[in-house]
Amino acid sequence: MSAIAQTVKSLILKEFFAAFWLSIKYMFKPKATINYPYEKGPLSPRFRGEHALRRYPNGEERCIACKLCEAICPAQAITIEAEPREDGSRRTTRYDIDMTKCIYCGFCQEACPVDAIVEGPNFEFATETRAELLYSKEKLLANGERWEREIAQNIAADAPYR
Amino acid sequence: MVEAFFEWFPTTWLGMLLGVEQTGLFYFVTIVAIILAIVFPLLIAVAFAVYFDRKIWASVQLRRGPNVVGPFGLLQSFADGFKLFLKETVIPTGANKAIFLMAPMITFVLALISWAVIPFGDGMALANLNVGILYILAVSSLGVYGIIMSGWASNSRYAFLGSLRSAAQMVSYEVSIGFVLVCVLLAVGSLNLNDVVLAQEGGIHRWYFIPFAPVFLIFYISALAETNRPPFDLPEAEAELVAGYQVEYSSMAFALFFLGEYANILLMSAVMAILFFGGWYAPIPALDFIPGFFWLFIKICFFFWTFAMVKAFVPRYRYDQLMRLGWKVFLPLSLFLVVFYAGFMVAFDLLPGQ
Repeated sequence: MSAIAQTVKSLILKEFFAAFWLSIKYMFKPKATINYPYEKGPLSPRFRGEHALRRYPNGEERCIACKLCEAICPAQAITIEAEPREDGSRRTTRYDIDMTKCIYCGFCQEACPVDAIVEGPNFEFATETRAELLYSKEKLLANGERWEREIAQNIAADAPYR
Repeated sequence: MVEAFFEWFPTTWLGMLLGVEQTGLFYFVTIVAIILAIVFPLLIAVAFAVYFDRKIWASVQLRRGPNVVGPFGLLQSFADGFKLFLKETVIPTGANKAIFLMAPMITFVLALISWAVIPFGDGMALANLNVGILYILAVSSLGVYGIIMSGWASNSRYAFLGSLRSAAQMVSYEVSIGFVLVCVLLAVGSLNLNDVVLAQEGGIHRWYFIPFAPVFLIFYISALAETNRPPFDLPEAEAELVAGYQVEYSSMAFALFFLGEYANILLMSAVMAILFFGGWYAPIPALDFIPGFFWLFIKICFFFWTFAMVKAFVPRYRYDQLMRLGWKVFLPLSLFLVVFYAGFMVAFDLLPGQ
């Protein structure tokens, strides 16, 4: 009996028409994807995107060249050279991140004692050449200036959980 | 259509102004002009068909589909076309060059020449052949050659496997398409596509999809197989054959395959509209004042939409399932239906031409 029922079902294409009806219903549902370059999805305050070097509000660099980030970096993407400045404070003379090596693990910002190196919310930093992805200290500081407002907000939002 | 235009145009004021006479040269020009009048809109339609195919497919899957090039992404197909034209035609070292380049041309040309017999209105076909349906069957059978040649000439395992599958598949499903057509032709009493449509005059209740519903379903599914659409897209199965017979093709050669494929899909939609859905007739006779090609266009769009929907929700058949469906289900079923319809028509004196 079930064999006959099965045959009849397949002959009248029952499942085919059910699937057709279902896909018609889906056709008019709201889209699951967003219209990307014009709309963007929400980002967590903990999102780990492009790196930035921050400054204190008085304009002084935060980085004190402790090299903890360089030490912890699992991809060995960070290179730091440092020497004392004229005023005697220790600062970096070179702070390079090879963004082609970076795995965006966030260890550098966890290791940093002064919140100098952070991973900001920016994820749209594709370049046309590989060399542009070898970030120098100037580029990182510029990023810090550009994204300071968002970065400060994110750190404040994440602070209660630390 | 050619004869009518040939005789009519020289009598118009424009024809007289240009001094056109009914010479052999003008006959040739007429034919070329009418061919262009069919092929040019067809190619535009194919470009938009690709776009709408992707859009429909995307919206069933809750995606947006192409929406960047031009308003609503409408120019996407043209952008893709230009990209393909500008690329290099890569010919593999081991390929048989002549056959390799001929295969896409054959596919493309065969996809276009079937349109010669499609009537867009009463008598409005490029060639009003008495054996129009046989012509379409013959041309669609030849379509296998394009695929087999491309598979063989590519000198690649994937392409060869894809073409073998395609050959077996198209041959299998052509058999049931043949029987399906016999059912319809018994009711019409003519192989002329124009007569097929004329036999369905008088509104939606006279269209053949009502008495021939099971036949129509078999034809629809066979048409999917014939045009290598999912769930029967085994020849190009991306998952196991990369892209089947198209693997080695790039730029224009690939574009020709692609255009041919979509022109074939539109052709199958047109054939379905003509055989089962009253061709150029409106669903109610009162609406027949709207030109026939508009109704045919609407019907082609509808069938294309269903083709695109089917692509969105069916999984691909396994190869043995495909063959089982073709030979063990459709062949006996369509044979039975031929006998059934023939017997029915003889028993109740419904045969035409008596």
